[in-house]
Amino acid sequence: MNVPLRALAFVTAVLIGGGFALVFLYAPTEADQGFIQKIFYLHVPLAIVALLGFVVAAVHAIRHLRTGDALHDARAYVSIHTSVIFGVAVLITGAIWAKASWGQWWVWDEPTLVSFLIVFLLYATYYPLRYAIPDRERQARYASVFAITAGAFVPLNFAAVRAAESLVHPRTFATADGGLPPTMMFAFLVCLAGIAALWWTLVRFELTAKRTSAQISRLRRALDGDVPAPGGGGVAARIAPGVTTS
Amino acid sequence: MSESSESAASAPSTRSAVATILAKDLRIELRTLQSVPSMVLFSTTIYVIFRFGLDRTRLDGALAAGVLLVTVLFAALLAINRLFVAEREQGGFEAIRLAPVDGTALFFAKAGALLVYLLALELVALPIFWLFFLDGAAGLLPLLPVLVLLDLAFAVTGALISPIATNSTARDLIGPLILLPLLVPPMIAASAAGQRLLEAGGPSYDRYGTWLGVLGLYDLIFLLIGWAVFDFLLED
Repeated sequence: MNVPLRALAFVTAVLIGGGFALVFLYAPTEADQGFIQKIFYLHVPLAIVALLGFVVAAVHAIRHLRTGDALHDARAYVSIHTSVIFGVAVLITGAIWAKASWGQWWVWDEPTLVSFLIVFLLYATYYPLRYAIPDRERQARYASVFAITAGAFVPLNFAAVRAAESLVHPRTFATADGGLPPTMMFAFLVCLAGIAALWWTLVRFELTAKRTSAQISRLRRALDGDVPAPGGGGVAARIAPGVTTS
Repeated sequence: MSESSESAASAPSTRSAVATILAKDLRIELRTLQSVPSMVLFSTTIYVIFRFGLDRTRLDGALAAGVLLVTVLFAALLAINRLFVAEREQGGFEAIRLAPVDGTALFFAKAGALLVYLLALELVALPIFWLFFLDGAAGLLPLLPVLVLLDLAFAVTGALISPIATNSTARDLIGPLILLPLLVPPMIAASAAGQRLLEAGGPSYDRYGTWLGVLGLYDLIFLLIGWAVFDFLLED
């Protein structure tokens, strides 16, 4: 579990580099859509990893509520944070793909994209929620309740949006899976692994950065003795959860 | 001592705690008339705004369902914003923590109160909607189960999110911000069922049962989530 961050970053670089090499050099160009279909290898893995990240956050949130350990809350926070950033990338790559293949920047007939937008809008409210609760311990608890509720909401939302669409429009644009030829599938899986590794690296990086800045401010307090720490708690206080446990 | 064991045994059950808090809330509402009359007034005004915003005097199908359900949604947000204000201002959160009852009783009681407010609202707002916009009343009766299940979705999610919003510094902002995306799935199901029921040529029951099922599933899941996590909103 505790892979060194440096090694993790290296693996991520290899997987993403290798994945993109496969996408452009090895996987065949799709007959219908042509070159633009290559964005599929970026867009779909980003979406899958972002959604899994929300589920991971919900698991951390459950552990936080059960143990009261701030470290789990920090993990949930960083997971959601990274997934929301990935979510922005999903929506942008989705819009580009939609423009290129269907001529419009946004299509409401594509249930997966619409579901993703709704989930993204919900998780975007995680930040105003956290910053509107001054008490850190209560903030962590409320944020965990939110993360669990939203985590359960994700599959429900996808089911509802898909049900609404299949009623009016048949799914005309079958994405991925099913009929994907093995060469494309292989490139896709390497890209998926690469994006997942990137997610993990970013999460680990942010957690390490927080732990380090908390440690620095603690050392500084100890060193200065009488001088109060800047901003009452240093960098860690500014970023929502307090990660003082190492 | 037999006396202490007896008093432990007579600690109120969750069910009676729910009934007490619910009765308290409904009594307050009856005496102060804080929520429901404002919701009715608000809904009627929203109808007028839709009449000019859409520039339509008669509605049917998807447009009719949309106007009705969006109006109920916004009226529900009004009540949800106020749902825990008395608890915050008059120490109700502390009281429920001190009382020897399950804190979840507060969740069920508040969801129940909200459900009653919404049903009371619709008792008035639905006939007004019919009077203002509809040509026939045939679709309204089968619409009732849809509305009740949708109200339950509002009540359950509202009772879960409202204490979070009430205890934050950006109260009236946080509640709707979280609730609106959270309520998209039940709105999808209710609109899909409603637009067929309110069609100009008479109600159609295409996939009516499916949509009721989706609404019921949503209600059940959020009821269970609220039951599981509400206690953590009360701790301090």
